[in-house]
Amino acid sequence: MEENETSPRQQFWLGSKHTLPIVTGVIPFGLIFGVLAIEEGVPALLAWSTSSLVFAGSAQFLALPLFGEGAPFIILVLTTFIINLRHLLYSASLASYAEGLSVRWKVLLSYLLTDEAYAPTIVHYQNEAVPQTYKHWYWLGSGLTLWTTWQLTTGLGVLVGGQLLPDGLGLEFTLSLTFIGIVMPQLINRPAIASAVSAGLVAVVAYSLPYRLNLMLAAVVGIAVGLWLEKRQTDLMEGANE
Amino acid sequence: MSNAMLLFTIICMGLVTFALRYSLIAYSDRITIPPLVRDGLKYVPTAVLSAIIFPDVFWPGGTLNLSLANGYLISAIVAAIVAWTSKNVFYTMLVGLLVLWGVQYLLG
Repeated sequence: MEENETSPRQQFWLGSKHTLPIVTGVIPFGLIFGVLAIEEGVPALLAWSTSSLVFAGSAQFLALPLFGEGAPFIILVLTTFIINLRHLLYSASLASYAEGLSVRWKVLLSYLLTDEAYAPTIVHYQNEAVPQTYKHWYWLGSGLTLWTTWQLTTGLGVLVGGQLLPDGLGLEFTLSLTFIGIVMPQLINRPAIASAVSAGLVAVVAYSLPYRLNLMLAAVVGIAVGLWLEKRQTDLMEGANE
Repeated sequence: MSNAMLLFTIICMGLVTFALRYSLIAYSDRITIPPLVRDGLKYVPTAVLSAIIFPDVFWPGGTLNLSLANGYLISAIVAAIVAWTSKNVFYTMLVGLLVLWGVQYLLG
């Protein structure tokens, strides 16, 4: 019965332990963030402050060149909104499990809700063999493990990253490589594939727009294409059933 | 942008991010997402991430490059295969980076 035996402490460490494999991927990422921040000419302390104030890796990465070229306030906030819109899905998916927690817990756990913490946490909540009582401690354990890793590695990155990781290695490409790792397994049906490809093509064609506005345009087109194809598929299926 | 303005911008970016994460956890009983929005949200990660990937791969350094001498393109193709078969983000990144370095080395 050891698996089922739970206390806040056990849940916390279990969440932390399950997050460790993801942490190995986050470490180089944090260091690279620091290096790129310095390359873009963003003051070290301000670049590092995004790790605690925003705590969202992909949005932080994308903001760096925008900071570098002095993009207006509204562009940065809008880009952050679009890039992090997926968190609304995580919030919706975990909402029923967080019901009954105090506001303090909800605020803390929401702050720690990243892609990397969401993945193990939702799997753990859905595992009914473990009683639900202390599962928010698992979420906390996973989130805090990632938070600590991110603060340390991005801090180290802005301090000594330039010496650890020399220029010209194409390290900025690791962001795209990581995203390829996230996107590919999600391309499980035609609407998803069409959504990804159309968004990608629009982003390339509209590349010359200022302040990476091509991203926003691409996101809107990709979502519309996905929705449209999905609707067409269900319409076809309903037609076939009649 | 002055440093004070930069800090203010970063704080607002943080507030937007937190609002997205907190909204439904806090108010799931009072907010309901319309079905169309819920369906649309499903496509946000793939659309947004692809929009970041494609220009990096096909448009490195600001010019369209579809040749085999484009290390980013070769790296991305191999990485996509690794991602599809292994479903492991870390391996994808590692193999992709090694391929990129390999191509860059071969092309001198």
